[in-house]
Amino acid sequence: MPRTLPLLAAAFALVATTASAAETLRIGFLTTLSGPGAVIGADIRDGFLLALEQAGGKLGGLDTQVFEADDQQKPDVAVGLANRMVERDRVQFVTGTIWSNLALAMMPTLASAQVFFISPNAGTAQLAGAQCSPFFFNVSWTVDVVGEMAGLAAMQQGVKRAYVMAPNYPAGKDVVAGFRRSYKGELAGEVFTQLGQLDYAAEIAQVKAARPDAVFIFLPGGMGINFLKQYQQAGLVGEIPLIGPGFSFDQDTFGAVGDAVLGVKNTLQWSQDLDVPANREFMAAFTAKYGRQPSYYAAQAYDAARLIDGAVKAVGGDLSDKDRLRKALEAAPFESTRGAFRFNTNHYPIQTYYLREVVKGPDGALTNRIIGTVATDVADLHAASCPTK
Amino acid sequence: MDWMLVAEQGLNGVQLGVMLFLMAAGLTLVFGIMDLINLAHGSFYMVGAYLTALFARTFDSFALALPAAVLATAALGLLVEVTTLRTLYRRDHLDQVLATFGLILFFNELIRILFGPVPIFLNPPAALAGTVDLFGLTYPAFRLAIIGVGVAVAAFLWVLIAHTRVGMLIRAGATNREMVTALGVDVRLLFSLVFALGCGLAALAGAMAGPVLAVQVGMGEQILILTFVVIVIGGIGSVRGALAGALLVGVVDTLGRAMLPGLFRLFLDPASANGVGAALSSMLIYVLMAVVLAIRPRGLFPAG
Repeated sequence: MPRTLPLLAAAFALVATTASAAETLRIGFLTTLSGPGAVIGADIRDGFLLALEQAGGKLGGLDTQVFEADDQQKPDVAVGLANRMVERDRVQFVTGTIWSNLALAMMPTLASAQVFFISPNAGTAQLAGAQCSPFFFNVSWTVDVVGEMAGLAAMQQGVKRAYVMAPNYPAGKDVVAGFRRSYKGELAGEVFTQLGQLDYAAEIAQVKAARPDAVFIFLPGGMGINFLKQYQQAGLVGEIPLIGPGFSFDQDTFGAVGDAVLGVKNTLQWSQDLDVPANREFMAAFTAKYGRQPSYYAAQAYDAARLIDGAVKAVGGDLSDKDRLRKALEAAPFESTRGAFRFNTNHYPIQTYYLREVVKGPDGALTNRIIGTVATDVADLHAASCPTK
Repeated sequence: MDWMLVAEQGLNGVQLGVMLFLMAAGLTLVFGIMDLINLAHGSFYMVGAYLTALFARTFDSFALALPAAVLATAALGLLVEVTTLRTLYRRDHLDQVLATFGLILFFNELIRILFGPVPIFLNPPAALAGTVDLFGLTYPAFRLAIIGVGVAVAAFLWVLIAHTRVGMLIRAGATNREMVTALGVDVRLLFSLVFALGCGLAALAGAMAGPVLAVQVGMGEQILILTFVVIVIGGIGSVRGALAGALLVGVVDTLGRAMLPGLFRLFLDPASANGVGAALSSMLIYVLMAVVLAIRPRGLFPAG
């Protein structure tokens, strides 16, 4: 007995060291860090790293190594990097992706390597429906649902004649289809503009002539900045109100458009002033660390990190049993910045959507304020065509 | 048909055309006279917009910021010409494309490091922020100012090129560079001046576009493609061609976007009319370019 005890201890120690050596949490962080999309990439990264820092560098209690790379907003680059992360860096998770087309391109590589892909933003309907995957989880939305919520909000606001404008590409069409699903009023006009369009004078003149109750716009990124500046210069701000999905109306564009965006009503699952404990804590920590307000992208990335944290904890740090890990992810054991959060069968959230208005905060900076709840427990329609259970 | 709306759309088209002319004039001068394909022309447009925003904040005056940004960008252009582009004149066009594409990447990253990735804010001056009443048509004042600046630049270039000694050398250089060199003209100096002028014009375009468009990294590449369409239609190297091409592209693009969906709705159901209209209006200027090139392969007003 006295001789076997140290031997046993040594054996245990050996088991313990090999286990901890194997169980390092390795996360591939692929996002856009150059070009016009870098604004969003910076917010996604900062939100994610904040959650990692709060967990003491150990998500789920495991030493966490983050492999960061710039996808340049190009699908081919993203696929190459995903391959490298799977084969060289042997990651167990990939996250950070902003764009739907990149997520679609990367999915086959990640699914065949049994790597979990946690999308903090890219929310294509394809991955929610027929192409859904047991290895894909999304903590944001599908774009058409957010458009649908804007349509519902327009109805609730008493809009009788709406003018609809979106870029002529898949997400634009999806958002407009969502809007028309819930908006039952008259359409004063429907325009699909060019992707990346610079000048909106022609469209704004048509809006002015049509005199609608409200203009529904989905113009993400630079397009929204162009449109809002020109809309203000045409003297239409305050004349014809704007409503839309929250994508075009957040911290990533406020600085560039200024007061032109004041009063715009938009729908999203999160807002800077959403009063739930996790969000209060997130807002305080983010502004303290980075000296600026987070956008919804940062909040979603923060949630993605917390989801990984919660699920890895739930399986006791054992990353080898993929089915058990998937079950843990599906249970979504974490406090979300948006409050109640649960996954649908297609691994997209079922959640509450709010109507937000762009206002000046107490410090004079532009921010969103919740002015109402559009709908609770909203799920997308695509889950029905998703075969995985 | 509401004629007021048609008039407004026409004005919008002219305004877009004038904006494109400011870009195209510089690009066509550099290409026509120096035989240099400068993909980085859009970068000087971006630098012009960023510097205008920066100076507008420091001086608290758009009217001061504009000339300061134009001069600073012209000086930057001179620096780039002397340090980088001089070595490229004897090389073929592919080398020039590669090198100036490298400049695009360089300037985009430089601006991102200096100003950050977030698009920055540039408003029109307070006096031009509102709308003006044109015979019952309310029109944004700043867009009228853009038209004014464009007309002034066109007049300036006309005087410069048609009525000054420098202009004579520029025209001669565009027609027959070897002969000009043989006559003992300092071509190096001439090239430097032309390139700086082109960069100054790009910066002016950026400064005038800044209050209307998003001031962000990569803004130069978005407008560069349209600018190339303009100078190909107008005839490479010809400022007159750039003006004609720019106005044509501006008016055709704007009227196409405004009128085509309505036109298709006359004989198609609304959904497909919108689809076809949107698709066709986005290709309209390229169709225009193809037609012009089929009839006049060297553009509307070929130089020389």
